[in-house]
Amino acid sequence: MAGGSDDQDNNGDHAAREAALSARLRSLGERLGRRGRGLGAGQDSGGDAAGDNGPGDNASAIARGFRLSTELVAGVLVGAFIGWALDAWLGTRPWGMIVFLLLGFAAGVVNVMRAAGVMRGPGQAD
Amino acid sequence: MAADPISQFQVKNLVTFGEVGGHEIAFTNSALFMGITVVGVAALLLGGSARRALVPGRMQSIAELSYEFIASTIQSTAGKAGMRFFPLVFSLFMFILIANMLGMIPGGFTVTSHLIVTFCMALLVFLTVIVYGFVKNGLGFFRLFVPKGIPIFVLPLIVFIEVLSFISRPVSHSVRLFANMLAGHITLKVLASFVTMMGGLGIAGWLGAVLPLGLVVAITALEFLVAFLQAYVFAILTCIYLNDAIHPGH
Repeated sequence: MAGGSDDQDNNGDHAAREAALSARLRSLGERLGRRGRGLGAGQDSGGDAAGDNGPGDNASAIARGFRLSTELVAGVLVGAFIGWALDAWLGTRPWGMIVFLLLGFAAGVVNVMRAAGVMRGPGQAD
Repeated sequence: MAADPISQFQVKNLVTFGEVGGHEIAFTNSALFMGITVVGVAALLLGGSARRALVPGRMQSIAELSYEFIASTIQSTAGKAGMRFFPLVFSLFMFILIANMLGMIPGGFTVTSHLIVTFCMALLVFLTVIVYGFVKNGLGFFRLFVPKGIPIFVLPLIVFIEVLSFISRPVSHSVRLFANMLAGHITLKVLASFVTMMGGLGIAGWLGAVLPLGLVVAITALEFLVAFLQAYVFAILTCIYLNDAIHPGH
């Protein structure tokens, strides 16, 4: 019990131990926080720049690359399909395709930026 | 077994029931493997939860781990309100995971290597997001397409792009899983056929076949990882999309 009859250096010792303990607690908290973020949200946002070098790191990089490329392709494909369908329906041969292909490309880029975490999610204020 | 890399994906009729409106109704190998997948998932989870031991055994550990894995994924992406969709996300994850793993058994059929299967699952998620979004938020769901702080004169263009980006979701969601499984299995088959072809060339061919054989082993390991990873990616994207339905524009 440090409470009872402390002289000067005993008191200082106690304070030092206290400080060391709180520093350790803080670093543990930080490490745990990093851990939890890495485990929980490894894929969804691009925030894992801290880069833990686990064995799954390479593989999840492959998955990320694949995700980004499919996002772009999907946007372009959907734009092209909508343009083609509108052309076939309204008989505006090249124009629907031109406009919607470009819009689809823009949507694909938006998707990629969102998947990479560069941009906020839809409708979210920044 | 046929040597060309595509025939492993062929859907064959096992039992034909008859025709309805010119379409054949049959029990196919795809349906068989879906059935096996469902039975496998049910057996794993029912078997895991049957004992209810305080100290879990192997099966119970797997069941608990998969529950906690998906539960924490949902809570970190869609928040506490997302837990209402736990059954959906968990079912999708387990179905895709077990289906992918069954596809890794030699001679097995990979259900998820068919675009229509993955597209149906992605469409299920997409429609769930739309229906729940409108039920919960009413017309406020349209805020999803209107980013804040955009000058009024570019707003129509942005809204168009946002809508297109929203529509492209089920496409990228389904194509990713399908293309990964398809490409992986084709690669495996092609490399494995190199081994047999070179093996027919005598002793020099045998030596040459060591390289593709090593690659087949390595890619098999990678495919197991991809099988798990793609199930996880499908689940986490489902959570992100559901999050938009739960809180559009916050």
